[in-house]
Amino acid sequence: MAFNHKNLIDITEYSSDDIMMILKTASRFKSVNERRIKKVPTLRGYTIVNMFNEPSTRTRSSFEIAEKRLSCDTLNFGGSSSSTVKGESLVDTIQTLCSYKIDMIIVRDKHAGVPRQIADTCDIKVIDAGDGKHQHPTQALLDLYTIWEHKGSFENLNVGIVGDIRHSRVCGSLVPALKIMGCNVTLIAPATLMPARPDIMGVDRTTAKLDEVLPDLDVVYMLRIQRERLEDAPFPSLREYSMLYGLNKEREHLMKPDAIICHPGPINRGVELDSYMADNPQRSVILDQVYSGILVRMAAMYLLLGGVDDGISA
Amino acid sequence: MTATGNIKSICMDAEEIERSLTRMAHQILEKNKGATNIALVGIVTRGDILAKRLVDKISEIEGVDVPFGRLDISFYRDDYSLHYSPEVLSTEINFSIDGKDIILVDDILYTGRTIRAALDALIDIGRPGTVQLAVLVDRGHRELPIRADYVGKNVPSSSSENVRLFLDEVDGFTEVQILDLENGDRIGSAPLGSHGDDK
Repeated sequence: MAFNHKNLIDITEYSSDDIMMILKTASRFKSVNERRIKKVPTLRGYTIVNMFNEPSTRTRSSFEIAEKRLSCDTLNFGGSSSSTVKGESLVDTIQTLCSYKIDMIIVRDKHAGVPRQIADTCDIKVIDAGDGKHQHPTQALLDLYTIWEHKGSFENLNVGIVGDIRHSRVCGSLVPALKIMGCNVTLIAPATLMPARPDIMGVDRTTAKLDEVLPDLDVVYMLRIQRERLEDAPFPSLREYSMLYGLNKEREHLMKPDAIICHPGPINRGVELDSYMADNPQRSVILDQVYSGILVRMAAMYLLLGGVDDGISA
Repeated sequence: MTATGNIKSICMDAEEIERSLTRMAHQILEKNKGATNIALVGIVTRGDILAKRLVDKISEIEGVDVPFGRLDISFYRDDYSLHYSPEVLSTEINFSIDGKDIILVDDILYTGRTIRAALDALIDIGRPGTVQLAVLVDRGHRELPIRADYVGKNVPSSSSENVRLFLDEVDGFTEVQILDLENGDRIGSAPLGSHGDDK
């Protein structure tokens, strides 16, 4: 089975076989991450640029660790040090980077579509590390990996996503990825945080009532309430949101005994999750998601940079 | 890509393979003066099965348990190809290799590049006392200064041929085949359970 992708920008370009290949490759990197020398020479001699034009600590550090464990050379680029603040256009910046003879760019940008534009500008491989409210494919992959590890398969799994779906790029990749893998997806949010056309995303149902659907869910995916968006007043108060949509100890009796809780981080404790749920060893897989992030990013870089099946294994 | 090429001959059958492994088990014990400090590590996807068979033989002869592990070397290869296998492979060495006499086991020794990669992989896991190499078939054509300490059978071969091991545990039958390679044929191991008709 060959892996014929140049970029990881839009998860809908990937088939369920492609995604399974990434997840299986990710599981092979586990033993590397669990020994004393947490490094393999696989990407020695490759140069990867991390271009983060928007603040990011978690995603960027996860990519950096993944790159270092694959032995590639990295350059961190962007933010206030980038020449875009001096007025250079994106295309000029990318062409400059291309002239360094780099092999891959990891892009985070506040504008949707920037990773695609970079891929169209040059011959370098691109991984989207989150663009605007569009996509965040490696987040979707790490979520899938975590779900796969805990549930064993995706077929007919009931996954509910709760919270600010309208502004979420996590959802932009996660919903299609779950559908590709055969899950049933329910979106749960007040109408003000629901996208205008959830049907286009291919979801199975939408509701504003968490308590009605909670008993069906195998996976409860809580999104972060982005406090910076509260100026738009999507709901009256954080306290009211927490009462209606927060996953807390009082709601646990509604959940399936083996339902798990995911969250992309960082958590607003007391808003979407209370500490009892966030730290619940039977249900919360939030720290597994963080670890899975390293594994799937290693797998994606490995496969995109040429881990192809050429049949040579003498 | 075509299949594996045409089968030219069977150079080892199941009984011959079994007898070779028995002899190799005795040789390993003789050279290491028993089984007290040895551990066997097989390279996936068939070296690990051979290593398991050797471990069973050694345990039977000496009456002691010998540590056994498997090594996935795809992330160490210099040709940087995804090891041909859709199944989930993984390194699984659940004991300390520090100071141990490690018997590295593979099916076919050819260019030596797999073994080079395996040595790197092993040394990232720990610091073995010694590393010795056991292979079922040595077909020549080395590209690196590597030799085996224990050999089941020396099979002179041409580089236009492929030598492949099939094992009952994963393929349903046991033999070593010599095949004629044509342009585009796969070199090296067959996928597990393929009966040699892989694409």
